[in-house]
Amino acid sequence: MTVQLDARPPVVPAPPQPPRGRFSRLDTRFSPYLYIAPFFLIFGVFGAYPLAYTFWVSLHDWDLLGTDHPFVGAENYTRLLADPDFWHALVNTMGIFVISTVPQLLAALWLANLLNRGLRARTGWRMAVLVPNVTSTAAVAIVFGVLFGREFGMINWLLDMVGMDPIGWKSNRVASWVAISAMVDWRWTGYNALILLAAMQAIPRDLYEAAAIDGASRARQFWSVTVPLLKPTIIFCAIIATIGGLQLFTEPRMFNSGTNPIRGGPLRESQTLTMYMFENAFAPHYNFGYGSAVAWLLFALIAIVAAVNVLILRRLGGGARPSARKGTTR
Amino acid sequence: MAVFPRRRLAAVALAATTALLVTAGCGSGDEQGGDGPVTLTVDVFGQFGYEQLYQEYMAAHPDVKIVERGTGTNLDEYSPKLTQWLAAGRGAGDVVAIEEGLLVEYKANPGNFVNLLDHGAADLKGNFLEWKWNAGLTADGKQLIGLGTDVGGIAMCYRKDLFSKAGLPTERDEVSKLWPTWQDYIATGEKFTAAKTGASFLDAATNTFNTILLQTAGNSSGYSYYDTSEKLVVDSNPAVRQAWDTTMDIIDSGLSGKYGSWSEEWVSAFKQSKFATIACPAWMTGVIEANAGPTAQGKWDIARVPGNGGNWGGSHLAVPKQSKHQAEAIELAKFLTSAKGQIGAFKAKGPLPSSPQALDDPAITGAKNAYFSDAPVGTIFGSGAKSLKPVYMGPKNQAVRTEVENAVRTVELGQRNPGQGWTDAVNNAKKAAAK
Repeated sequence: MTVQLDARPPVVPAPPQPPRGRFSRLDTRFSPYLYIAPFFLIFGVFGAYPLAYTFWVSLHDWDLLGTDHPFVGAENYTRLLADPDFWHALVNTMGIFVISTVPQLLAALWLANLLNRGLRARTGWRMAVLVPNVTSTAAVAIVFGVLFGREFGMINWLLDMVGMDPIGWKSNRVASWVAISAMVDWRWTGYNALILLAAMQAIPRDLYEAAAIDGASRARQFWSVTVPLLKPTIIFCAIIATIGGLQLFTEPRMFNSGTNPIRGGPLRESQTLTMYMFENAFAPHYNFGYGSAVAWLLFALIAIVAAVNVLILRRLGGGARPSARKGTTR
Repeated sequence: MAVFPRRRLAAVALAATTALLVTAGCGSGDEQGGDGPVTLTVDVFGQFGYEQLYQEYMAAHPDVKIVERGTGTNLDEYSPKLTQWLAAGRGAGDVVAIEEGLLVEYKANPGNFVNLLDHGAADLKGNFLEWKWNAGLTADGKQLIGLGTDVGGIAMCYRKDLFSKAGLPTERDEVSKLWPTWQDYIATGEKFTAAKTGASFLDAATNTFNTILLQTAGNSSGYSYYDTSEKLVVDSNPAVRQAWDTTMDIIDSGLSGKYGSWSEEWVSAFKQSKFATIACPAWMTGVIEANAGPTAQGKWDIARVPGNGGNWGGSHLAVPKQSKHQAEAIELAKFLTSAKGQIGAFKAKGPLPSSPQALDDPAITGAKNAYFSDAPVGTIFGSGAKSLKPVYMGPKNQAVRTEVENAVRTVELGQRNPGQGWTDAVNNAKKAAAK
């Protein structure tokens, strides 16, 4: 059942209505707002208010425990932009994002293609790829943190078996990115594969039949039919991965155990932006203003990346499905 | 569709909205009503050893129920939580433990805590070592934030089985004779390493660095990263540089197992007998026992620390102003920090009392630790306790210490040479202090 909200008279002439009272008129005018109010209230309380408050805090020298918080204007922001640790964390975040997302989407595409064939126990396989996504992030991170241990870790043990030198997974910047990306990919590849699979199944079979009649091999069909028609879905997956990737926290935080794990290693090898925000807003600095400034710059960064995504979507995604184009050009 | 159902929908929406506002408006459902039993929450970290004492206290005070949170958590997890609770004005326990490194920061905002001097605590002054009592006072001496729990007298814990494998003496007095100074400790370590037992001589350079620094500072100026006028002196205090140089010698001799302290790897290294010695403040004995597990019982022993004395760690118990049962909480804090309470905690988990009466008690002086081959912990840690020299901790001590420790770690892992490491330590410490 849907609620009819418009107050226009029905087309069929209605029987004469009793004169409307004042309450009734108010009802017609204001009840629509009331219906949508819960969303806006919840958004206001848990979305807009914290955003605005964080911005307000970021303009102050705000010691978390202190009682007075002097206004300092944009000082937190100017200091932050000149803070090499901030840029370092930004590079880490982007590095982990790229190393994790590219192989993840390629692997998901390959998995989806496999699952799209006539396999035995198809549903079982499809469910199986989603299983990693169900596990708790913290548990995954702790297990991977142990696997990638310097001395007692299984990965270095395997490397040793094939005669390679052990890698300091936690004290080498790129190695730590790879280790964290492995965690992210382990968890999210299956999820993306299922989304891509759903899109693949929506591709009309006759396209493949036509391609087969034209003599196209399976690989050719995949690259010339499947991939172009999956573009909007791939971009959707990329956007979801972007949002998750720029806010990466649990994996790198749990990967670094020991004293002050929030630094992400002795030289901040795997410290992401959210970890840097936490380090400043809470232990050991308790500088809430500075941490809030990091949060706002992160927000700006996500907005920029999202805008770039939309631009790419408009340019590339439109051609695939008419409905998608309608959606974006409106 | 008629008007009526629509109006009903409006009513539903209104009700939902109101409900939402009401729930958002009042978040506290834990208000204690009337004169019923009072529940006191105690927030701690690590191993305080209070279980038995709670039982005793509850038996004597039938109207009080005690709930403890946080045993076994790292200080790194505990302190941000406590700070958030204090900042938010709710969430903290009725009695909270504060570690010495953070005490200065909390004292800078004393409004968060009850002034214990207003509640008859002044009479208790004689129950604590003088410096421990003073550490709980604000700079102007007008407010007492916390009552002292333990002090961190330092010894050196070692593995007898690994020492014997390396052909070194295993008896604790003889082991103590091996290292009157840190240079002797390094020389012993070189002998140990040459014997190729498959284990390192020590766990992590950072732990040893902290020990040497606090010892050197205690024996000289009485401050480490900050001087007593709260000026950052990381690059000008000879104690810091001396501790740094000794630590570099240790790293240079290849004695460290490089197991980042408190990490998963560090815990594994305990279990797999991967190092032979660890600098050992009194509270560390409980940590070693928990990490190394029952199979290592009797393999550990405790010797003198190289150099002379030193204090690392120790806490205070405070009552946040947000507590709804301040009077009851203060009574509990007084009980837990009394000589009797401190003896009970020592027996349970090993934190060394800060009460002179407790330190003289036969229960302490005669105490032996079965896990550490019946080492007389009461005399090992207790005998020097009264002459312990405190080290002053500045306002951003924790943040500065983090930076210097990480610089030690980069050298230990071979990411930086000692010269670069020192430059990093000084620069990053200055930056952290300015934040």
